[in-house]
Amino acid sequence: MAQVNKQISLESASQYFFDGMSLMVGGFGGVGAPPSLINLILDKNIQDIFLISNDTGFPWIGPGKLITEKRVKKLIASHIGSNPEAGEQMQEGTLDVEFVPQGTLAEKIRAGGMGLGGILVDVGLGTVVEANKEKVQVNHKEYMIETALTADVSIVYAKKADPYGNLIYDKSARNTNPLVATAGQITIAEVEEIVPIGSLNPEEIITPGVYVDYIIQSKGVDWKWVWELKQGTGSQEGQRSK
Amino acid sequence: MGLGIETRHRIARRAALEIKDGMTVNLGIGIPTLVADYIPKELHIMLHTENGILGMGGSPLEGEEDGNLSNAGGYPVTIQPGASYFDSATAFGIIRKGLLDVTILGALEVSERGDIANWIVPGKRVPGMGGAIDLAQKAKKVIILMNHTDKYGNPKIVKDCSLPLTVKEGAHMIITERAVFQCEKGKLVLKEIMNPYTINEVIETTGAAVVVDEKVSVFQ
Repeated sequence: MAQVNKQISLESASQYFFDGMSLMVGGFGGVGAPPSLINLILDKNIQDIFLISNDTGFPWIGPGKLITEKRVKKLIASHIGSNPEAGEQMQEGTLDVEFVPQGTLAEKIRAGGMGLGGILVDVGLGTVVEANKEKVQVNHKEYMIETALTADVSIVYAKKADPYGNLIYDKSARNTNPLVATAGQITIAEVEEIVPIGSLNPEEIITPGVYVDYIIQSKGVDWKWVWELKQGTGSQEGQRSK
Repeated sequence: MGLGIETRHRIARRAALEIKDGMTVNLGIGIPTLVADYIPKELHIMLHTENGILGMGGSPLEGEEDGNLSNAGGYPVTIQPGASYFDSATAFGIIRKGLLDVTILGALEVSERGDIANWIVPGKRVPGMGGAIDLAQKAKKVIILMNHTDKYGNPKIVKDCSLPLTVKEGAHMIITERAVFQCEKGKLVLKEIMNPYTINEVIETTGAAVVVDEKVSVFQ
């Protein structure tokens, strides 16, 4: 059987990004977000992104950079509290934000990647989450219908990939990545290390390579974490990588 | 939060008494994070985080932090023996299925029936609900830690919440710098007062009907 090699250069990944695209980004508070691909999207001047992400990181961390540079027009997320830029743009009316409870968001993305139309959820009944949701009774319990989410492009960060795109992740940097990896029309994985085919233990692979279209070698995290800034200078303000 | 560090730690110390051997527990950001310091070492507790750890440990030593091992607030942590990592769907499956014995959260307002508002001040502060709705609706026991009053002195425990709800009738217990309440069958029961506050001071600064337990005690 011929071997598949999905590795491409960072530069050639740029052909998959376009203005107005829907983009799903893995990560949680920026931990596990793909730094090199996010920088590429900034460098290629991609605009009007419809971003789907657990959160908006921090202004200088992860998908937060896309917000800070005003590349995002619409956002689906569970939380923007650690990124004041997102809050400001939302108040100004330049960023359209839809909040989804975190577990429901994860499951909507998973549904997209598993080929489901949606899921039945009761989290948020009796709150504003209920607004405009279709409801059904199943076994005498009420649920909301939450529709599945997919995106034009999904970008994720993993610890290791083989050339087929099988992925394993790193500790709590796994978070939303395995879900996001399944839900893209095109999925690009940025990885710390590319290892030979057959060297990953099949029992330990988290994302089967069939979900992954392209692999790029990461240049590594280029931002400072909040806790690093607090240790260093006693301040967490204004630190930007670019 | 506007509370002194000693007061914050006293609230955390009281909350830790609710954590029993063998429990699976999720601690929110702020004072709830401090609770971990007061859980007796001999108890077997599994700490859960929304970002995909069960069996979280304490903070690492300076210089031993790992950017890819953090709590839901993004701060470095360690793990305990028996810990596991999983994706966000599983992290919330654990919550949604009701496998958390206790969650400890902050709040902006709590009503006398245990309604919780803790994720939005419309037009002012709109951070999003994150995992708060999942946690508040699904954990077996929901403990709220907060200031008794806001920065203007207005009660945060109220008859009806004015802010959009996180959950209806979700709180089981409220611990403030002044008192410990239990939400029992739609009633707010004063169980303990915090030294040096008096029962009357607590009632006067609470915006809801308070039932004083006949065995009300003082927490030092």
